[in-house]
Amino acid sequence: MRIELVKRPQRSALFSMLSPFIAFALTIIAGAIMFALLGVNPLNAFEIYFVEPISQVWQLHELAIKAAPLILIAVGLSVCYKANIWNIGAEGQFIFGAIFGSIIPVLFPQFEGPLVIPLMLLLGMVGGAFYASIPALLKTRFSTNEILTSLMLVYVAQLFLDWLVRGPWRDPQGHGFPQTIQFGDSAVLPELMPDAGRANWGFVFALVAAVAIWLMMSRMLKGFEVRVLGSSPRAGRFAGFGFNKMVFFAFLLSGALAGLAGISEVSGAIGQLQPVISPGYGFTAIIVAFLGRLNPLGIVAAGLVLALTYLGGEAVQSALGISDKVARVFQGMLLFFVLGCDTLIHYRIRLIGMALTKPKGAALEAAPKLGEAR
Amino acid sequence: MDITVNILLTIATAATPLLIAAIGELVVERSGVLNLGVEGMMIMGAVGGFGAGYLTGSPWIGLLAAIIVGALFSLLFAVMTLSLATNQVATGLSLTLLGLGLSGMIGTSFVGQPGVRLPNLDIPGISSIPIVGKLIFGQDPVFYISIALTAAVMWFLFRTRTGLTLRSIGDSHTSAHALGIKVIRYRYLAVIFGGASAGLAGGHLSLVYTPQWVENMSAGRGWIALALVVFASWRPWRVLAGAYIFGAVWIGQLHAQAFGIPVPSQFLSSLPYLATIVVLVLISRNKRLTMMNTPASLGQPFVPDR
Repeated sequence: MRIELVKRPQRSALFSMLSPFIAFALTIIAGAIMFALLGVNPLNAFEIYFVEPISQVWQLHELAIKAAPLILIAVGLSVCYKANIWNIGAEGQFIFGAIFGSIIPVLFPQFEGPLVIPLMLLLGMVGGAFYASIPALLKTRFSTNEILTSLMLVYVAQLFLDWLVRGPWRDPQGHGFPQTIQFGDSAVLPELMPDAGRANWGFVFALVAAVAIWLMMSRMLKGFEVRVLGSSPRAGRFAGFGFNKMVFFAFLLSGALAGLAGISEVSGAIGQLQPVISPGYGFTAIIVAFLGRLNPLGIVAAGLVLALTYLGGEAVQSALGISDKVARVFQGMLLFFVLGCDTLIHYRIRLIGMALTKPKGAALEAAPKLGEAR
Repeated sequence: MDITVNILLTIATAATPLLIAAIGELVVERSGVLNLGVEGMMIMGAVGGFGAGYLTGSPWIGLLAAIIVGALFSLLFAVMTLSLATNQVATGLSLTLLGLGLSGMIGTSFVGQPGVRLPNLDIPGISSIPIVGKLIFGQDPVFYISIALTAAVMWFLFRTRTGLTLRSIGDSHTSAHALGIKVIRYRYLAVIFGGASAGLAGGHLSLVYTPQWVENMSAGRGWIALALVVFASWRPWRVLAGAYIFGAVWIGQLHAQAFGIPVPSQFLSSLPYLATIVVLVLISRNKRLTMMNTPASLGQPFVPDR
C-alpha cells in the first residue's frame, strides 16, 4: 500500500479548524491502546488522566500554574517558527530568566517593597533575552545553525543553575540541600484568588502576552514582516525587511517571554531556586506552539491541554503506579498527530493499493508510461 | 604507558557512539532529509538494547534489538516526513521528545538492574601484545563495527552508482525525480539506515559504555552527532576525526573531574556542549565551504507530482 498526496487548489479551511481535534482524537485512541498494553482499563485510566485532575476548583488553579509557562514560552516560539527561525532552546532561556530574576531575592534579601516584583520580572526577561541573543548573534554573524546552538545552550544552562544552587547561591542555613534561600514575601508573585487555589499572576501574564502577540501578528506591520520573511525570505528582502534584524527580534522576543516564564515559575510556584526548576516546559512549549497552529489564541487552548497532560501524568502515577513519563509520551504522540493532520490542510490523501495503481482511462495510460521510461 | 593506552581506549569508547550515529545521519542528510530525532532514536536503541540484553542475558541479542528498535522508530519519522510531507524540523523534534518519554516509561523497571556487557575482542597471544594489542585487537566489537561502517559509507557514497544517485537526490530531488529516480524510496532507506545506526549507537551506550539503564543516558550525544555532520561538512572521514575529537573532550573533562582540578565539575561537564558550539561557529564562518557541501535540498519536503 502506498500513500499519495494530491495538492489541494487552496488550503482547506475545514481541516485547518479540525486538524487539532482529529489529532487529539487520534492521541486518545493511541493512548487507549497504550494503557491496554500496560494492563490498565483505558476508560478508567482516562478518567483518572483527563477528568479527575480538573474536577475541583483548586485543581483548575493547578492547571493554570502549569499552563502559564507553557503559554508564555509557546507564544514567543510561535513568532520564531512563523519566521522560519528555529529556537528550540527555550528551556535554557527559561532557566536564565529564573536566574537573573532571582538576583534580587537571593543577593539582596533586605530589599523589600512593591518595586521588587516588577524589577524581578524585568530582570527575568532580560536574562532570557540575553541567553537567546547568543544563538541569534551566532546565526547572524557566522550563519551558525541556530537549532544546534540554542539546544546545546540548554545543557549549559542546566549545569550553570546546578552549580549556582550547590555553590555560591546555596542557602547557608539549608542543611546542605542544594537550594537558595526562600524568597522573601515581597519577592513572591501574588496569588490571584488565595482562597480558591494557588494560581498566581503568571497566568495573567500568559494571557496578556497571547493577546498582545496575536494583535501584533494579525494587526501590525511587524507581524506581516514575520510572516513574509518566514514564507519567502526573497520576497521579504525586496520589501526591505532585514532578515538579520528579524532573527534578533524573534530570538529576543521569545527569549524574553521564556525568561518571564522562568522567573514567574520560580517566584510564584516554587519560591526559591533549585537544581531543577522545570519539567521540560521549554520543550513541551514547542508542542503547544504547533498544537495551537502557531496562533497565539490557539496556543492558550493548547497550553491548557498540555498542562492537563502533566497533571494527568502525576495522577496516573499515584493512582495506578504507571510512570509519570506517560505524560511525555502523550505529548510526543500529540505533536506527531498534529503534524500529520496538518498535511490534510494542504493535501488530499489517497491510499493506493499495489494492485490498483493502473489508471483506468485508456487516454491516461500513455502518460505514466512516458514518465516511467528511464 | 599503560595510562596513555587506557586513555586512548576510553576515548575510542566515548567516540564510538558519536561516530556511528553521525555516520548514519550523514547518509540521511546526503539524501536531502534532516532528521533531528537522532537523540530520540539513540535513547530508544539504548533502552531496547538494554531490555533485550537484560531479559535474554545475551548482549548480542541486545545489540541486535537496539538496531531494530532504532530502525523501527525512524520509520515513524519516514512515514511522516516522506509520505505525509510534514515539516522535517518539527517532526524530528517530536521524534526526540517521544523517544525520551517512551524510553523513560519502558525503562522504569530496568532502573538499577545489572546489565550485560559485550565482551572485548580477545585473540589469544595477539591482544596481549603491549600497546598495539589492546588498541587494535582488544576493543569492544562495536568499535570495529563503527570503523567498518565509516569505511563502507565512504565507499558507498563516493564509489558506487547507488551512492551517486543518493547524493544527487540530496542535491536536487526535482531533477532526480525527473530522471525517473524513486526519490521517496531512496529516502525511506536512508532514513531507516540512519535510525538503525542511531539505535546501534544507543545500544553501545547501554551494553558497552555503561552497561546499565539510566534515564536520559544519551545526554545530548544525538545532538552532538548532528553537529558533527555539519562540522564534517558531510564527509565521512571528517566525521571520524570529529567524533574522536569530541570523544577526547568528553573523556578529558571526566579525567579533569577525577583529578580534582579546582574548577567546578559543572563547568567541566558543560565543555562538550560548549565545544560543539565553538566548532559549529568555526566551521560555519567559512561560508564557501558550507555552501558547497550542504546537500542543496536538505530539509525541504518533496511531494512528487505526477
